[in-house]
Amino acid sequence: MFGKLTWQAIPFDQPIPMAASLFVTVGIFSVLGLVTWKGWWPYLWREWLTSVDHKRIGVMYVVLALVLLLRGFIDAIMMRSQQAVAAGGAQGYLPPEHYDQIFSAHGTIMIFFMAMPLMIGLMNFVVPLQIGARDVAFPVLNAISLWLTATGALLVNVSLVVGNFARTGWLAYPPLSELRFSPDVGVDYYLWALQISGVGTLLAGINMVTTILKLRAPGMSYMRMPVFCWTALCSNMLIIAAFPILTATFGMLLLDRYAGMHFFTNGGGGNMMLYINLIWAWGHPEVYILILPAFGVFSEVIATFSGKPLFGYRSMVGATLAICVLSFTVWLHHFFTMGAGADVNAFFGIMSMIIAVPTGVKVFNWLFTLYRGRIRYEPPVLWAIGFMVTFVIGGLTGVLLAVPPADFVLHNSVFLVAHFHNVIIGGVVFGGLAGVNYWFPKAFGFTLDRRLGALSFWCWLVGFYVAFMPLYALGLLGMTRRLQHYAVRAWQPYLIVAEVGALIILCGILAIIAQLVVSIRTREQRRDLSGDPWNGRTLEWSTASPPPAYNFAVLPTVTSLDAFWTMKESGVRAPAEHYEPIEVPANSANGFITAFFAVITGFSLIWHIWWLAILGLVCAALTLMAFGWIERHEIEVSAEELAAAERAHLRPEVS
Amino acid sequence: MSAQAAALDPGAQAAVHVHSGPAPVRIVVAYGFWIFLLSDIILFSALFASYAVLHGHTAGGPSGRELFELRHVGVETLSLLFSSYTCGLALYAAERRQLRAFYVCAALTFALGATFLALELQEFAGLIARGAGPSRSAFLSAFFSLVGLHGAHVTTGLLWLTFLVAQIAHRGPRDFVLRRLLCFSLFWHALDIIWVALLSLVYLMGAR
Amino acid sequence: MLVVVVPVILLTLGFAWWYRASNSRAAYEPGWVYSGQIEMVIWAIPAMVVILLAGVGWTGSHQLDPAQKLASEAKPLRIQGVSLDWKWLFIYPDQGIATVNQLVIPAGTPIEFLLSSGSVMDAFFVPQLGSQIYTMPGMSVRLNLMAQSAGEYPGFSSQFSGDGFSDMRFMVHALSAAQFSGWLERSRGSGAALDTGSFAGLAAPGTAPAGVYGSVAPHLYEWIVDTTAGLPAQREAP
Repeated sequence: MFGKLTWQAIPFDQPIPMAASLFVTVGIFSVLGLVTWKGWWPYLWREWLTSVDHKRIGVMYVVLALVLLLRGFIDAIMMRSQQAVAAGGAQGYLPPEHYDQIFSAHGTIMIFFMAMPLMIGLMNFVVPLQIGARDVAFPVLNAISLWLTATGALLVNVSLVVGNFARTGWLAYPPLSELRFSPDVGVDYYLWALQISGVGTLLAGINMVTTILKLRAPGMSYMRMPVFCWTALCSNMLIIAAFPILTATFGMLLLDRYAGMHFFTNGGGGNMMLYINLIWAWGHPEVYILILPAFGVFSEVIATFSGKPLFGYRSMVGATLAICVLSFTVWLHHFFTMGAGADVNAFFGIMSMIIAVPTGVKVFNWLFTLYRGRIRYEPPVLWAIGFMVTFVIGGLTGVLLAVPPADFVLHNSVFLVAHFHNVIIGGVVFGGLAGVNYWFPKAFGFTLDRRLGALSFWCWLVGFYVAFMPLYALGLLGMTRRLQHYAVRAWQPYLIVAEVGALIILCGILAIIAQLVVSIRTREQRRDLSGDPWNGRTLEWSTASPPPAYNFAVLPTVTSLDAFWTMKESGVRAPAEHYEPIEVPANSANGFITAFFAVITGFSLIWHIWWLAILGLVCAALTLMAFGWIERHEIEVSAEELAAAERAHLRPEVS
Repeated sequence: MSAQAAALDPGAQAAVHVHSGPAPVRIVVAYGFWIFLLSDIILFSALFASYAVLHGHTAGGPSGRELFELRHVGVETLSLLFSSYTCGLALYAAERRQLRAFYVCAALTFALGATFLALELQEFAGLIARGAGPSRSAFLSAFFSLVGLHGAHVTTGLLWLTFLVAQIAHRGPRDFVLRRLLCFSLFWHALDIIWVALLSLVYLMGAR
Repeated sequence: MLVVVVPVILLTLGFAWWYRASNSRAAYEPGWVYSGQIEMVIWAIPAMVVILLAGVGWTGSHQLDPAQKLASEAKPLRIQGVSLDWKWLFIYPDQGIATVNQLVIPAGTPIEFLLSSGSVMDAFFVPQLGSQIYTMPGMSVRLNLMAQSAGEYPGFSSQFSGDGFSDMRFMVHALSAAQFSGWLERSRGSGAALDTGSFAGLAAPGTAPAGVYGSVAPHLYEWIVDTTAGLPAQREAP
């Protein structure tokens, strides 16, 4: 009746997982209880859970990312603490069965449920505003994407309480991830969570590419688009091309585990090298999916706060497109040591080095944007400068690893771990936090506290170096990754320093939380009345903060790059003489309800509760059909409302 | 919107010449759906690649030469190709509001598609009965999942077609339903293209 | 590469400091957005560095290809290694002995490894001797290493393989030729015999202490590779 699910799935007999489960469960129920007690459910349902507005959806993605950052970071602190003590014969406090789940969950959560939603959230919020559109091409699909991503995040966290997570690392290589060597539900949690959220991500990619290609405002040709939109376009094209590979590969592993097939098994002719090739054919574009929007954020931030247009716009666009294409030609560098032979290894090594060229061009363009600018030190620029210094170091170690003989001794060492954290933290996380600080006033109508923003930056920067520079050294000394304990006592001091670094980053995270709390408390002193707190250059700053649901009362006509800057210089900022009524899509519960059934389906499939899985799938399909049946209605915004809103925005002191 | 732009200065008019603004809904929907189809083709490509790698891994079991019956596959192919033709006719009729022709062509499309599926299921059942099921070898795992994924798409298509016919019966050929019918026909034709690839690479090359 | 990275970092910090808004002495040129010369330089210099590194990468990949035999006057020693959960088995097919979690080799002699796995993917790695390489069930990979001088070199698995992964360590003892022959003599015929039966015991999940098998069934490595792949054994192994 309940498949493999029994009461033993809850870790009553293991103190650490039990404590974690209680913490998470109590936390979630407290939040739900608070919302109920305060009577916020109608507001939440109406304004957020059923919203199809890209601005709301973008904010929810970022909230999801920041919450999962906390979960993933707790995993990181636990790993660092374990490695700081488990030297010589010591076993530490985390037995292998737990430690292996923790590092697997850390990687899975940070990539899929922190970095991806952070970037997708920023792109969702900003891109329609920057291209002068009213929303994305398919608003309801946008909501479905968000809620399916949240479904995946929820399932991963349920594994903490009911059952266990995968113990295979974040990419679950077979044969270790096959049923024979991982018979429990851990790998199934991993696979179903990522399959479901992968569908959401793919749909988001299709949505964003269609939006950018088909919904730009009049006059906004491709070469007048902000660079952030170019990076968003390329990132989403990569999503469309790469995520189906992930879906297919996980599908095959699921068929091996559920239907006894032999894609990657030891017997029956299966071939694990096929999995490794496919998963990295997705995996390498994935890291470019993450970094390109971050590059876009930095382009916007550096230009705005230098008071100069971005240097070398055309070569920025060209470099972005080059990175997009080249990212599909390098995947084998993740497994030089699988024995493909010298010619193959050398080819992929060279392609991996080539991709450093357009990346380097971007860094130089940012540098020359700063040159002879007038730099105002708000938190977004701090993140940008920190990124420029940190990311080039990460890129350097990446090019080193791209030389196959060097990789032969550094592969799977903590040098590799330091490299990818260097580029992901220094690039993606810094970019995400820069973007949050930069666009927060646009989203909420008030700026974030500057000093706490600077504090969080410095803690993250210093913490990152203290946590990861020792790992570079250890990798060169021969320490491999994913060790639950180690024999070489000489490594311990380095790992203790790394732990201290993690604690400094913790201070950075606490500073972010403090920044949010303090800023909300003192928001009246920090109101953004003009909609343009940073003297911005791009169209999102021409709207009110926050923008109305329809973004633009009249679609702007774009005559140049940096469209808003041109509008300000030529003084065209009066309300229009005449307004046409606009239709705004109504809310839809489609996304939320479909995701609800997706959670049930996923959970049932994991635990082999077949009747419930079928029921969940049928209900999800019926939900889509039911919402597809009713004709979507739209809400009309009258010309008078538009005129009043425009007057209030453009002449706040008058109205 | 363009009227407003035209009321502005020549610079603005020139801007509109450069790019005229957001596309109409029908184009946006079809474009987005095309991109979805491209992603679907990539999904199939990953399975084609796996099939290419694994098709020789028969683990001592039967290979394609022993298993594939080309006549059977030929009838499947003709059914699917003809159903694409009737699907095109159905779309043509619906856009011209010729509802009776639409229902007839839609029914034919459904029947031909269902024939394809029935034949495919018959093939699968036969293979499983002979001990050549998907868990027999890597080759058979790859075969069943590649052909099966296509069959699952056809099944979803038939459900979708039924839904659309019901919507047209209920409310007539409204714009938003016609847009969906356009997407359906793109989907159905894409499945044809994938089937031709499948036929060539799996059946014709495998049976040699 | 540092010739590019260090100036970039210094310039970044330099520009960030000099061009701060409060510095009235710094020039401000908001119209300066393009320079053909700069474009040429910033595409060309990284490209040249990459071309240089590509040459290094190409030649290095070929010279250090794991499968390439090492040039030496000494006759190579063949060793067949199998990664298990969670221990290493090394078979000396020409000497008829095997070891667990230790590798005894003569210094100055090229070792031709054939490596496989009896369970999941692992990686054979002795950092001080050379490259690592993945070991995969049902497949055999070649690796060629040589210890230039006698000594003790730690080895381990560098591809995560499950709960006992951290214990998959072994020591490589590189001995002089005389010491190596002496060790061979002492090992032959002593200790247990390794055949398909005792292999099943060894392969059971768990760690194992370092040890020696005084005799090994012929073609046992090939039998292990075939049966792990679920294939019928191509050759008999008693």
